[in-house]
Amino acid sequence: MAWHRKVLRVNLTKGTCVAEAMNMEWADQYLGQRGLATKYFVEEVDAKVDPLSPENKIMFVTGPLTGTMASTGGRYSVVTKGPLTGAIACSNSGGYIGAEMRFAGWDMVIVEGKAAKPVYLHIENEKAELLPAEDFIWGKTVWETERLIKTKHQDPQMRVCSVGRPAEKGALFASVVNDLHRAAGRSGVGTVMGSKNLKAIAIRGTKGVGGVVNPKEFFTAVNAGKQVLKDNAVTGQGLPKYGTQVLMNILNEMGASPTRNHKDSVFEGASKISGEAMHEPRASDGKANLTTNQACFGCTIACGRISTIDPTHFTIKDKGGYLGNSGGLEYEAAWALGNANGVDDIDALTYVNQICNEDGLDPITLGSTIGAVMELYEMGVITKEEIGFECKFGDTKAMVKLAEMTCQSEGFGKIIGLGSKRLTAKYGHPELSMSCKGQEFPAYDGRALQGMGLAYATSNRGGCHLRGYTVASEVLGIPFKTDPKETNEKPELLKAFQDATAVVDSSGLCVFTTFAWGLPDIQPQIQAACEGDWSLDKLNLVGERIWNLEREFNLRAGFTAADDTLPPRFLVEGIKNGPMTGQKTRLDIMMPKYYEIRGWDKNGVPTADTKKRLGL
Amino acid sequence: MLKSLQINPEKCTGCLQCEMACSYENEGVFNTAKSRIKVFEFHHEGRQVPYTCTQCAEAWCLQACPVDAIKLNHDTGAKIVLDDVCVGCKVCTIACPFGTVNYNHDTGKVMKCDLCGGDPECATACPTGAITYVDADWTGLDKMRLWAAKTDTQPRA
Repeated sequence: MAWHRKVLRVNLTKGTCVAEAMNMEWADQYLGQRGLATKYFVEEVDAKVDPLSPENKIMFVTGPLTGTMASTGGRYSVVTKGPLTGAIACSNSGGYIGAEMRFAGWDMVIVEGKAAKPVYLHIENEKAELLPAEDFIWGKTVWETERLIKTKHQDPQMRVCSVGRPAEKGALFASVVNDLHRAAGRSGVGTVMGSKNLKAIAIRGTKGVGGVVNPKEFFTAVNAGKQVLKDNAVTGQGLPKYGTQVLMNILNEMGASPTRNHKDSVFEGASKISGEAMHEPRASDGKANLTTNQACFGCTIACGRISTIDPTHFTIKDKGGYLGNSGGLEYEAAWALGNANGVDDIDALTYVNQICNEDGLDPITLGSTIGAVMELYEMGVITKEEIGFECKFGDTKAMVKLAEMTCQSEGFGKIIGLGSKRLTAKYGHPELSMSCKGQEFPAYDGRALQGMGLAYATSNRGGCHLRGYTVASEVLGIPFKTDPKETNEKPELLKAFQDATAVVDSSGLCVFTTFAWGLPDIQPQIQAACEGDWSLDKLNLVGERIWNLEREFNLRAGFTAADDTLPPRFLVEGIKNGPMTGQKTRLDIMMPKYYEIRGWDKNGVPTADTKKRLGL
Repeated sequence: MLKSLQINPEKCTGCLQCEMACSYENEGVFNTAKSRIKVFEFHHEGRQVPYTCTQCAEAWCLQACPVDAIKLNHDTGAKIVLDDVCVGCKVCTIACPFGTVNYNHDTGKVMKCDLCGGDPECATACPTGAITYVDADWTGLDKMRLWAAKTDTQPRA
């Protein structure tokens, strides 16, 4: 078995780090990573727990293929109850730290309680200890934290994940950033870490990952998988060249690019901030925004962007830093900071994306919340006096300033740190929060793409594209083309995507492989690495089991069918411009069918038969 | 034909497939900490550079070893550490000007690239062609071709 079968349990209240055996029965039922940690979480934590109380737990978890030669096998997830949503949160990240955790001999780290004073967790193979963070890294950014820890331990090969200043101050959408610019980004998992006075986890592992059950079959399956990724147009060419930003122009041209807080669905400035634009040389120094692409651990796709900001740009002038290369724009961040606010300045977006990495904020929720602020400002609900400056749609300087203020938890930035649901409610306009279950939608118009509308409404972690990416089918024709405007068959399509994604998220692999891979490509890799039966039928069942386990947690947490809904802008107003004009999300048609094929009653509760079938 | 590893950092994405392949071949586990090839990230320059032993013709490590634990493989040109002879004195790690011989505290021996007996796993695993295994006498061939193309600038009749 590729597992070490070892879990590190850290109790911050008691200050203890204890090794325990992993529950292999649960690993057999839930595979690993997202599924396995969610099982641990629902067994150990009351669903009604206050996400920012010591009673909440936060789990850092790998999959069975994390740290192996399987392509993209470097993923890890952070599982907790999210403070932004109040729902189960599972945020996934690449980079190198997931593999490092496995190399140190651990499959999962469970953190519980709350430290009396700020600490960080230092892991060197079997040795794990809590060290003081006060007067050292507490109050520092993610970037400073990583540098200071590596310097103190005199170990440049260490891998670090940490939270920035907003997490310490309680901004509700703080992320956990690892390897400088990879993030477990959504639902405020970083805020939970900050609330526990846990600033960082620093890992050095030299033991490695062994125990692949059938090495010969493993390499055959892994090599076949790599060839499929290489030969596929999206994973072999589009993603390495343009990153996820390959989608910016495509979505905009079809009229499915939500703009200015979803008031419009076409953004006139999209081409200026697209993947193609990142290749264009700029006037000042003749360099393109994009320097190169970069891979996460083990990834043969390499969609990551490494970029520079124009050295003459106002955002970095006289700042002294930000002149070198760092993580560049991915599609969701470019969209949220750009289209959602009507801002088309690629350097401003690159800068704000960088400070989101530097200080650990989710750029999707940040951008979308600023979009709501801009709309409320134009309506006259929020005033210039309150913010300190003008704040209309398209105002680049306002967007940048608000982002900086949120990173620093200063002035109006503290209110933005609440996220759009609480912010719009505070100003009496909850209908203007473009979110579901408290989490903001990403970069695909859920009115133009019926499947995505249903995906947003039913996602177990609130508004999200990564729980069931029907964009693949509705836009790119993967694995087959469906009409985005059509509601027919969308519930079936979404359920299949949701269940398969739950498997990928539990394996240690990246969901971006699924542009090219189906479960039949992944199944032999898992089967060869792990003991026991990992047939396609079993994997499909595991995916569905994970989905229902998350659903049941959310129901116990207090969510009901009434929360499986979308803002009036989706259901009543509809799209006002572009090729998709008039489109609304037809949840009225799709939701009953979705509940039915999920085996849930009309209240969205899994029936006794469904639970029995899934062994819940 | 004697072959040699050729590294083109421009093509490297930092995926570490080479490090995993190397450690699996030599240690039987995926373990980048025990890889004989290492990828260095120069973050602010946006560069990733794989680096390993170049198999010097006059190998300082081999010359320095007091117990003759480093031997030349005549077929591949690789300088190979004989684990049962090596006493872990680390003098070779000082002698090597490039830092590509390193001590392994788990075994008490030094480790370095041995070209996997003539079929280097790192080159096989590299998904982008940043690491290739080519004619040792013509490692410059691709670069020469590139520049040769640039010299042929006269318009055709």
